Amino acid sequence: MTHSTLQLLLLLIVLTDFAVLGSSRLSACIRWIALQGAVLGILPLVTEGGLTIHVVALAIGTIFVKAFVLPGFLRWAIREAAIRREVEPLVGYMGSMLLGAAALGAAFAVTSTMPESARGSLVVPVALVTVMIGMVILITRAKAVIQVVGYMMLENGIYIFGLTLARRVPFLVEAGVLLDVFVGVFIMGIVVFHINREFDSISASKLTELRES
Amino acid sequence: MNFTTPAVIAFLVVLLLAPAVAGVATRTKSLLTGRKGAPTLQLYFDLWKLVQRGAVFSETTTWIFRFAPVLVVATILLAATVVPLDGRLSLIKFSGDAVAFAYALGLGRFFLVLAALDTGSSFEGMGASREVTFASLVEVGLFLSFGTLVVVTHEISLSGMLGAPFALHWTANAAALVMIGACLFALLLAECARVPVDDPATHLELTMVHEVMVLDHSGPDLALILYGSALKLAVLGAMIISVLIPRANLSPAASIAVLMLGLIVVGIGVGIVESIMARLRLPKVPLYLAGASSLALFSLILVLWNPA
Repeated sequence: MTHSTLQLLLLLIVLTDFAVLGSSRLSACIRWIALQGAVLGILPLVTEGGLTIHVVALAIGTIFVKAFVLPGFLRWAIREAAIRREVEPLVGYMGSMLLGAAALGAAFAVTSTMPESARGSLVVPVALVTVMIGMVILITRAKAVIQVVGYMMLENGIYIFGLTLARRVPFLVEAGVLLDVFVGVFIMGIVVFHINREFDSISASKLTELRES
Repeated sequence: MNFTTPAVIAFLVVLLLAPAVAGVATRTKSLLTGRKGAPTLQLYFDLWKLVQRGAVFSETTTWIFRFAPVLVVATILLAATVVPLDGRLSLIKFSGDAVAFAYALGLGRFFLVLAALDTGSSFEGMGASREVTFASLVEVGLFLSFGTLVVVTHEISLSGMLGAPFALHWTANAAALVMIGACLFALLLAECARVPVDDPATHLELTMVHEVMVLDHSGPDLALILYGSALKLAVLGAMIISVLIPRANLSPAASIAVLMLGLIVVGIGVGIVESIMARLRLPKVPLYLAGASSLALFSLILVLWNPA
């Protein structure tokens, strides 16, 4: 029972990865990453080992941060900086989708060469897929806001990976949650420094051209 | 050839109910959008009316134009014979009939497209080009779905993939099979020219995809084409029902009852999608189909990964 629930949640995470890849609206991407955060929060509850206070606290903390606080921050950033609501990818949606499919194949292929303990469940391949699709989003999207979404997805993948070690090294998982604070700061950076106001654009490709003239 | 009574009855049920499934979709849409709408059985009246009329043929058309409507219905009937409509066995079963299923539909579409080009109308040529583009992308998802079912059941006929032995594999691969069901539903909407891809209710030739190709057909020819579209919807719907609800353990009567209820649910599903979604812009359609295909790819990888 617990095992199949775990599988189902991991599948949902992969589907949200692809949903973010295929969405053309920033708000849709943020909604999907929030859903992924919520699913991620439930994950530690269904991994083997039963409910302890530590696990429940971890779940509540994760859901609160990943499904409510960070997406809320991103929505606020979009509203405040009056960013155009489209993703405007460097590589088209179709191309990103193919890259995502390639990442999916690669993740499962890589995992099948790993030791027996990693091949037991879907945790490791799903973690790898999420990391890789997060990378794809970071690389192929020009807007800073969607890059933050990509970064969050990357971090979600690392979190899933850490889950395999959660019993033995709880500190690693908590460090993963703390990394979220960095994302928060990242988002704040966008808004507080009003990149948009200063340079009429938050496109990262234009940030490389910053110079005094 | 397996002319068992349940298989024949299921086949006839699908043939007779097909126009009603399309009617349920239209009816759901009109109810959800607050209109009174046409009767659920309107398509039967339309078909009856059209059959009684004479046909008009343009002077520029050749025999292909007259031949195509018959061939469209014939190929869809052929495709229907290899699907295990009663949940156990199809009327005709041979190794690799899943490929025959896909290309019987393909052959029908090919002749429909030829007939559209035969009229020399530029609108029809445009519709034909779009239809073929989308159909070639549908094939990717369809064959990935078939591939998943083959890996799950180790059978390469549709009867084996969806019929009796299939139910045994359901519990081990539930997630992959649900995704296959979702993928097939997305493909059904594209294949049957339904809303996210095409709008059956549009009245502007420029925006039509499937409907524009049949503008020049009239009378009994049009009746055949309308019936063919409805039948395709019903057959693909029956296939989705077979994937999601294995019926091998049900009695034949219960199995056919599930089929009929399932077809109504598919009709309602199509109607709901049509009510809540706008049609996608043309450049977005390949992305929609790629999404459906990645769903099928993911389930294929999943069953290869865990071949329990």
